[in-house]
Amino acid sequence: MAEAGPAINPIEQFELSRFLPITVGQHHYDVSITNSTIFMILAGAATLWLMSLTARGSLGVPGRLQSLGEMAYEFVEGMVRSAAGEEGMKFFPLVFTIFMFITMANLIGFIPYSFTVTSHIIVTVMLALIVFFTVLIYGIKKNGLHFFKLFVPSGVPIYILPLVVAIEVISFLSRPLSHSVRLFANMLAGHITLNVFGGFVVMLLGASAAVKVVAILPFAMTIGLDALELLVAFLQAYVFAMLTCMYLNDALHPGH
Amino acid sequence: MAAPAEATTQAEVGHEPGHASFPPFDTSTFPSQILWFAVVFGGMYYYLSRRFLPAVGNVIAARRARIAKDIDEATAMQTQADQAAAAHEKSLAQARLNAQATAQAARDRIAAETDAKRKALEDQLAAKMAEAEGRIAVNRNAAMANVAGIAKDAVGAIVERLIGRSPDQAVVAAAVDSSSRA
Repeated sequence: MAEAGPAINPIEQFELSRFLPITVGQHHYDVSITNSTIFMILAGAATLWLMSLTARGSLGVPGRLQSLGEMAYEFVEGMVRSAAGEEGMKFFPLVFTIFMFITMANLIGFIPYSFTVTSHIIVTVMLALIVFFTVLIYGIKKNGLHFFKLFVPSGVPIYILPLVVAIEVISFLSRPLSHSVRLFANMLAGHITLNVFGGFVVMLLGASAAVKVVAILPFAMTIGLDALELLVAFLQAYVFAMLTCMYLNDALHPGH
Repeated sequence: MAAPAEATTQAEVGHEPGHASFPPFDTSTFPSQILWFAVVFGGMYYYLSRRFLPAVGNVIAARRARIAKDIDEATAMQTQADQAAAAHEKSLAQARLNAQATAQAARDRIAAETDAKRKALEDQLAAKMAEAEGRIAVNRNAAMANVAGIAKDAVGAIVERLIGRSPDQAVVAAAVDSSSRA
């Protein structure tokens, strides 16, 4: 593999490199500042910068970036309101933070030589667990034992109820898994595919003159995939936020 | 320069150099990612929920209120303009009506005056005509009376010439009267 060069190792782009090694505690947990850290901070900073700009914006005709910020605000607001209702608006900052973090991380990860934070499962699992525990804790706090009606659909015959409840419990518990793996797998697969086709171009260009012409094919494929991945980057953020709203709706209105 | 450092760090966390496992499943990187994710996400959530989202919400709400107010004002002004136009239209119609009435009155008055004048003139003329007719009748009667006398004189003279003597006046008068009556 070493002779083939780094261009065709599609996994390399997901590797973390430590910029500032830090360890804490007796067990020497490695909490170094890595490239992932840098890009997380970039995603957060980009979001905060955009929204602070929007917050200080004019009351009259908004500028371009202000429009973008307001569009994001109204987009997520509409999503929360339609999926979780007026009560769900108390979770609007949470959903907005999740949506913007994923969107920014995905889009920044799109830049060549950058790092995609959301292509690491631990990050998407953290996001999914935040949602899972918010639903669980808020649902029980607000509804008490009524929250567990979520697992008992109404209108089900008594003799198949145990089966249905078991299925509902399993589906509830597997939510963080599907929630996180969906985003992780999409970003991972997209970036691997892009890297593989990009690698083909480089390999073919390194070959003889007659073969060089063929490099157009994977190059065209890469362009098409770029467009698709741009869509996926936004779509996965939307899907993640939308599912968050629907899970939060369960916490607000169990027994539906 | 970077390669030996990486090799040592990988050696530290227990990987065989050159055979790194699939990075997303490399649990040795999890503490770092979890910590920094928590820091970044917490920071984002804090600033967004406390400061920026309420502020953006206010900006959007203020703009909506402003647009609604502007539209209301425009609607009010439109109504006002419509009312003014209607009032103007009404006064115009009133003025036109007044003008027509005045013109009609003037026309009527002039017509009445003309009628009266013409009637007076006609009366005058009729009176004059009647007077003239009366005079004509008198003259004619007088003339007619003279005609009878002349006829009788002429008959008397003719008969005297024919028979050589003057005829009885009464007979002549009776004959003339009977022939003029026939």
